[in-house]
Amino acid sequence: MGWPMNGMSDVGGMSGFGPVRWREGGASFHADWEKTVFAIAFALQAQGIYSVDESRRSVEAMHPAEYLASSYFERWLSAAERLLIEKGVLTEADLAQRLALAQSGELPGEPAGAAPRLAGLVAEVIRDGRSKRRAADPPRFRVGDGVVARNMHPRHHSRLPRYARGRRGRVERVYGGFIFPDSHAHGLGEQPQQLYCVRFDGREIWGDDAEPGTSLSLDLFESYLLPLPEGACRP
Amino acid sequence: MTSAHAAGHAHHHPEPVSPAALRTKAIESLLVEKGLLSRAAIDRVVETYEQDVGPMIGARIVARAWVDPAFKRRLLADGTSAIAELGYGGRGGEHLVVVENTPRVHNVICCTLCSCYPWAVLGLPPSWYKDPAYRSRVVREPRAVLAEFGLRLDPSVEVRVWDSSAEVRYLVLPERPEGTAALTEDELAARVSRDAMIGVTRVEAVVAP
Repeated sequence: MGWPMNGMSDVGGMSGFGPVRWREGGASFHADWEKTVFAIAFALQAQGIYSVDESRRSVEAMHPAEYLASSYFERWLSAAERLLIEKGVLTEADLAQRLALAQSGELPGEPAGAAPRLAGLVAEVIRDGRSKRRAADPPRFRVGDGVVARNMHPRHHSRLPRYARGRRGRVERVYGGFIFPDSHAHGLGEQPQQLYCVRFDGREIWGDDAEPGTSLSLDLFESYLLPLPEGACRP
Repeated sequence: MTSAHAAGHAHHHPEPVSPAALRTKAIESLLVEKGLLSRAAIDRVVETYEQDVGPMIGARIVARAWVDPAFKRRLLADGTSAIAELGYGGRGGEHLVVVENTPRVHNVICCTLCSCYPWAVLGLPPSWYKDPAYRSRVVREPRAVLAEFGLRLDPSVEVRVWDSSAEVRYLVLPERPEGTAALTEDELAARVSRDAMIGVTRVEAVVAP
């Protein structure tokens, strides 16, 4: 499918980003265009033009340098542009031409009665947007089972962070069937799978460099997991 | 921008427009033309997440859990159903799991892969939650990150980090602070901060005057 999984977005455990900038207060938006981008993505997803999984896949496909140089909503904007081209809704020429009009301040105004039902639809999606589904197979694992996260590096979207791959944990919760992002992100259907909350000891992930008395809980799909033989060492 | 430039147009720009803002205008204009977008829909989304949905919802849920032990039990057993009792839920809260802080266990939520966040109860995430600094470090050195927020945990307190890697969303139920026995539910809710429900701070105790 040609989309590398090990993208820049998978930052868990990396060093060098500096302190958390929480003192700035953390407003969600810093400019009006960010609000518009957020709403555009919301409206497109509400209409099924692209899914949240496709949006994440598109962000992950960014060049690492571009990803880091972009703000959060610039990434959303890039993802929307690429996905709309990919889906045949817009062309690169459309975007270039319209950008030129925006630069010269000559964009046409919104016609009366544009997308008349859309505001109602987004309100509906704000109220409800479930991704829970009936999985084809019953859960393979139970609460308390030892599992190991597979060491996998597929060339498609996935939701198994690098830091957990190959690590051993315990099933903490069984959540039932959910849309499988690995297929859904590539337009290959929902293919629902069982989802589990798996808890890993900090030392299992970070070795002796772990802070003592810490654990990490991740929500992982069944095909990311293998059973851990009883009596195997940690955890 | 020069006055000559401004005079040459039917409208004026109060300040330079960023490249991202221009790209946004371009894509908005195209989508409107294709019937896939309207200003009314944009406004509906933005107003919802700026005004109607935000940390005040999470705070009301927390305060209710503090004063109503039966609600708290239901909340911890099935967050989605319990918040529906109070009329909350929807996008970013369809599958809500509430995790409880105790004197022995401290919970903190994150999303290392993107920025998954319990929109329905906390609104949209703060910018620092979305930055690589928080996402990269809170899984690797949660105690150090919490200390930077001013929360220094005793080594005997277990730290549990919840990395939201699928569509389940997490909310931290902070500990009810001391000195709050006389407060009403609304007064309690007013003390519960967004950051305490992410798990990076505590709800401050009320100090007697």
